[in-house]
Order: sequence, then structure tokens, then C-alpha cells
Amino acid sequence: MLKLDLDQALVLRARQAAEKITGDFDWLFNAYSSVSIERTVLRLMGIDGATEDGKPCPNIIIEQLQAACALQKGAAFWVANAMLARNLSAQGVADAVASGELDLTAIPPQDASAIFELLQKLSAEMLSHIKSQKAARDEFFAKYGHRRVPAIYVIVATGNIFEDVTQAKAAAREGADIIAVIRSTAQSLLDYVPYGATTVGFGGTYATQENFRIMRKALDEVSAEEGRYISLTNYASGLCMPEIAVMGAIERLDLMLNDAMYGILFRDINPKRTLLDQYFARMINAYAGIEIQTGEDNYLTTSDAVDKAYTVTASQLLNESFALRSGVKPEKMGLGHAYEIDPELENSFTYELAHAMLTRELFPEAPVKYMPPTKFASGNIFKTHLMDAMFNFIGQLTGQGVQLLGMMTEAIHTPHLVDRSLAIENAQYLFKAVKDLSSSLELAPDSFVNRRANSVLAEATEFLEKVAGEGLFSAMAKGEFAEIKRPENGGKGLDGVFAKDADYFNPFMQQMKKELGL
Amino acid sequence: MTQIVKPYGDTLNDGKIQLSFALPVSADAKGKEAARVLILSMGFDEAEITCLRDLGEGFTHFIAYAASNASVDLSKIKVKVVETPVMDMEATEKYVEEHIGRELTVVGACIESDAHTVGIDAIMNMKGYNHRYGLERYSCFNAINMGAQVPSEELLARARAEKADVILVSQVVTQKNIHIQNLTRLIELAEAEGLRDKMLFICGGPRISHELAIELGYDAGFGTGSYSTDVASYIAITLAQKQGK
Repeated sequence: MLKLDLDQALVLRARQAAEKITGDFDWLFNAYSSVSIERTVLRLMGIDGATEDGKPCPNIIIEQLQAACALQKGAAFWVANAMLARNLSAQGVADAVASGELDLTAIPPQDASAIFELLQKLSAEMLSHIKSQKAARDEFFAKYGHRRVPAIYVIVATGNIFEDVTQAKAAAREGADIIAVIRSTAQSLLDYVPYGATTVGFGGTYATQENFRIMRKALDEVSAEEGRYISLTNYASGLCMPEIAVMGAIERLDLMLNDAMYGILFRDINPKRTLLDQYFARMINAYAGIEIQTGEDNYLTTSDAVDKAYTVTASQLLNESFALRSGVKPEKMGLGHAYEIDPELENSFTYELAHAMLTRELFPEAPVKYMPPTKFASGNIFKTHLMDAMFNFIGQLTGQGVQLLGMMTEAIHTPHLVDRSLAIENAQYLFKAVKDLSSSLELAPDSFVNRRANSVLAEATEFLEKVAGEGLFSAMAKGEFAEIKRPENGGKGLDGVFAKDADYFNPFMQQMKKELGL
Repeated sequence: MTQIVKPYGDTLNDGKIQLSFALPVSADAKGKEAARVLILSMGFDEAEITCLRDLGEGFTHFIAYAASNASVDLSKIKVKVVETPVMDMEATEKYVEEHIGRELTVVGACIESDAHTVGIDAIMNMKGYNHRYGLERYSCFNAINMGAQVPSEELLARARAEKADVILVSQVVTQKNIHIQNLTRLIELAEAEGLRDKMLFICGGPRISHELAIELGYDAGFGTGSYSTDVASYIAITLAQKQGK
């Protein structure tokens, strides 16, 4: 059996440094909230819908409370207060605010214990729905069998949810285990979630609750026909992390992209906003039994995959530590990495093997997410197809959790139906061909692969210890991650972060923390 | 002098071409014949379906070889390509010092809906791409990379404020020709604001060619396989020539 001889003392040191780094944010998690967290609370209370010109109800309510300087108490209080005073449902309150006939802060405070009771009731209702979705997923897996390892993960990205459904069903029938609906390219920086079914998007399809529902229904149908549970994933990233997480929980998505630092580094979203939002978003993911997936592959698209391999390891350890603080269990942590080494480098495959084994062995319980070659994919589709095969070889050989299939047309366009089918055929061939090969192999003592994995680990440890010494925000401001400088008070969305009052109340977070043992 | 060429398989002028496509038909004899007839209707002389793969949902993938009788006269082909020679970083720096004698300001961005910075980063970031440093590293450039999803208005405002010599725009997402719309919008705004002739407008991306760039009203376009050295040399030489006039 292929196995590294990792320096366990280094592993321990690296984890301790990561813990120290992520442990520095209790002040943020405890004392602050954000507009996106409050919109999430409204969605959890059952508020949805949008005005005719497309403005979502949760945004309208939060803007009204913000304008009245009342958000510090939390959105839940104000809506519950209005529900009691006007004898309306949560949606009824939202509609009245949206039509401009209700000013939430003008309503006199109702009996505090009645408000508390109402919020407990609303919380219990929604959380029991989310739990029933989790149970449904567990039942499907029990009935149809576990997901294969590595799972076959493919994307659909037509921009039109109905076209996506056709392509997703075809992919599922051919063997895909996980369908990702790629988001429209402009969505990560929207400070709201679009509403309803959408048919126009660029480079992808908008993440909306209705789109989630449409795809989930279609995949449930294929699951039943194929006798295999087809998982659905989307992106809880950008300025609406917790909101999209909750939509995923409600509609039974099974995985969600959720990286603690991606938004900061690669989308220039404010560091405080991102860390705060990921904290609650991941808690929702954990509560709903949704597997999170992190975005370490992005480090390698901007930096060299050999020189900067340690940044992937360091980020994985930080993502792991942040996730634990939100109650995510190791078996639900799809930590990311990627096959991105320059194919012109001699022994590139050997390096890739070392890196893949390092990730696999550092996180033995995690359904690690392995990303395909993209940086050196080119218009030469034949060569890209070959690189994808080598990538699939390592995926099976080292038992990666989720194989995000490479497309031969990666560098050209969003995948055509045929491209995706050929990618699945490629993976199935390799997975079958080398299924049990690992059990016949062993690394030579003092082999290159062993030395390489340990040296990446050592670099990551050193880096994490340095960051632990100066603090994460300071390190980010200096550009120590991904060679991109992100100051603590820069980036988008800082104006959506606010300090909570002493009587702030978020019934959902409180209950989730309790049940997750946080 | 005319120079006629045809596709080459293994014999001169055999016209052989590989084809791969999907049709919304079932993977059976009828579907196969439909694919063959379709290929013949494209003007091929002969067509052989070598593989059909059932894609599900009523679609089939066909792989085929066909012989084409079409030919092309090379002597009649004219293309627009960036014609300036390519220099390495040191040579470009020296060239700018000698021929222009001041720092050149380049403002770059991935405009409008496009969130994919790989292209602009490969050209501009200090680190560059594939052993070629980005413009930020060049001593002769004041390189400002505004990043992703920058509205055209903001890019132009910044370029005006910085008295930019060059605007560099990247477009990676091309679904439904969104890149054409975005690039056209930028150039129209630049013309409306009277900035078009005050600076070089350069665009780049996997689906952009010099020819397309010219057609859209840009000075130059750089497609797949272009490096920072290509862009830097073009900027240096073109601006030096303009200054010379």
C-alpha cells in the first residue's frame, strides 16, 4: 500500500500553528454580525421573494433597519416584533415592508417573552425542515449505497437552469456522482441573491433558491432511475456566503464550496466580512450535514504549483481549523488541492503524486477535493485529455474523495455535452484500470516522493508559525498569501459589518451552536 | 503566384478531416446515417462514421473522418498580426529609456461582468507567467492592475486620473459573445469621453485575435499564447513610433 512516512512532529506543529491563527477571531465571531448574516436569519424565518424589479425581500428589510440604525439588535427581533403587533406571518411582514407600508422600527416594542417564544417557534420549524432534508439524504445513501471514491464531479454551466437540467441528467446517467452548477461570473460580488428561475447567465447559472429546487428535483428523479444518489453542489462564496448556505440547506444541496479565505484573496472581499460570514455559513453547512469544499486550487492558478505547494497545505490546515470552529466534522471537509504543475517540468507527475499523497494523509478522514489541470490546459484538446488521464490516475491511486473532472476543452469554452461525456469516460477507464494498484505498491525508503512531501509540510509549518506570530490579518495585508495584498479594512463589503448590541439575538445561531456542541 | 492547399491526412491533397460532434438523435443505424448525410451536406465528398457514443437524454456523439474537396489559395490570405518584434524585459526597459525617456503608465482590468483575472494577472502581475515577469516588474512601466469586474466607466476614470498611456483589457468569459459586448461598450465610452486617441487600447483573452481587436476599434489584440513580453514590446515600440511622429 502506498504510504508516506510523514514527520508526525511537523504535522502536530503545523496543526497547532493553524489553531493559534484561527483562535484569534473570537472577538470577531462573538461581537459582530453582518448584513448577509442578518439576511440569512430572515431567510431562516421563512422570508423569501422579491419586488417586481428584482430586489429581494431580505435586502429591503435589512436596508430599512440599517437606515434606522436598528440592525444592531439583529433583524430577528424587529420582524418578530412586527409579526406580533400586526398578527402577520414573517412573509406577511416582509411583503408589507417591501410595498413601503410598514416601518419596522416605528412599531412599539411588544412583550419580550412573547417575541422570544415566537422566535423559538420559528427557529424550531425551520431547523426541523433542515434536519428532515439531512435525514432524507442519509436515507438515500442508505438505500442506494455510498458515493464512490473518488466521486465523479462534473460541472454544468449553460446559464439556463433548464438547459443545465438536461446536461446534468445526461452526465448523471453516464456516471457522474456530483453535479455542480457553476455560477454566473458576476455573482460573487453581488450583495444579494437573485430570485426565481433564471435562464440567462455568463459562464454559469445564477445561484437562486428556485434554481436549486429545480435541479434537486431533476437529480432526485435520475437518482431513483439509476439507483444511485446524485449529489448536488453550488457555491456558498462571495458576499452572500451564509445566505446561499441556508438556501442549500433548505433545498438539500449535498456539498457547497465554502472557503474561509477565498473571497478575501481572490475576490477582494473585506477580510472581516469574509471570516464572519464563513463562520455562520459553515455552521449552517455543518448543521445541514453538507460537505464543504475549499478552494486551495486557486493558489496554484496564480502561483507556481511547485514553489508554492506549501501555501496549499497551509490553507488546508487553516480551512480545517476554521471549519472545526463552526462545527464541521472532518468527514465533511472536502479540503482542496490541484494538479497544476507545468507539464514541461521533468518528473511533474512524481511531484503531483507527492502533493496528492500529502493532502490525503494529512486529512485521512476528509473527502479531499482534487482539482484538474487548468493552467496548462490549452487549445490542444488532445494533450489536455491526456493530462486529465494522468490526473485521474493519481486520483484513484491515492484515494482522493472527489475528483473534479478535467475537460479537454477547459481552456476553450464551458463544457459541451460531448466534452463532459469524454471526461467521464476518461475517469471511468482510469479508475477501473488502476483500482487496486496502490495495494501492490510501496514507496522506496528515502524516496523522492517521501522527501518532497515532507519538505512541503516543513515549508507549510514554517509559514503557519510565522503567520501565527504576526496574525492572519497582518500576514494578508503583507501579501503573504497568494502574493496578493489584502488590508484588514480594504476590499468590498466592510460597510456591511457591524458590532452587535448587548441584547442582539439570533435564535438560529444559538440553537445550531447548542446542537453542534459549540 | 497561386498556392493551392488542401487538408492533409497521409497523402497530399487527400482532404482528410477529423470531425467530432453531437446530434440530438439516438445511437442507432438511423442516427448514424443521419450523421453521415449531415457531413456530406457540409460539402464533404466522403464520410465515414468511426464511432458513435450514446450520451443519454436522446443525444449521440459521433466521431468521423471525411474528405473535403475544398481548397484554399495561400497567396490570397491576408491576416492582421501584431508586427512589432518581441524583446525581453531588459531590452524593453532599455528601449523605453532610449526612445521615450519616461515611465509609461498602463492601467489594466478585467471589465464588466468578467471575474476571471488569470489573463490580466499573467500579463501584469509582478510574477508574470511561464518565466516572463509581468509589467509590474518592468522599471519602465507604472502598471496598475484594477482586477476583476471593473465597470468600463471606472477603468476610464482611473486611466484619465493617472494620465495613462495604455489601457489593457482582459476578457476571458466569452459565452454568448459577452466579450464582444463588453469590449465594444468600453471603446464607445472612450470615444464619447474623448479618450480614445489619447492612449493605446489593447485587449486580450483566449478568444481574442489582433484582427478582432482592430475590428472592434482597438489598437491591438493578444490571444492565447501571448506573454507579457509580447505586450510590453508592442507598447514600447508603438508609443515610441507615435512620439516620433
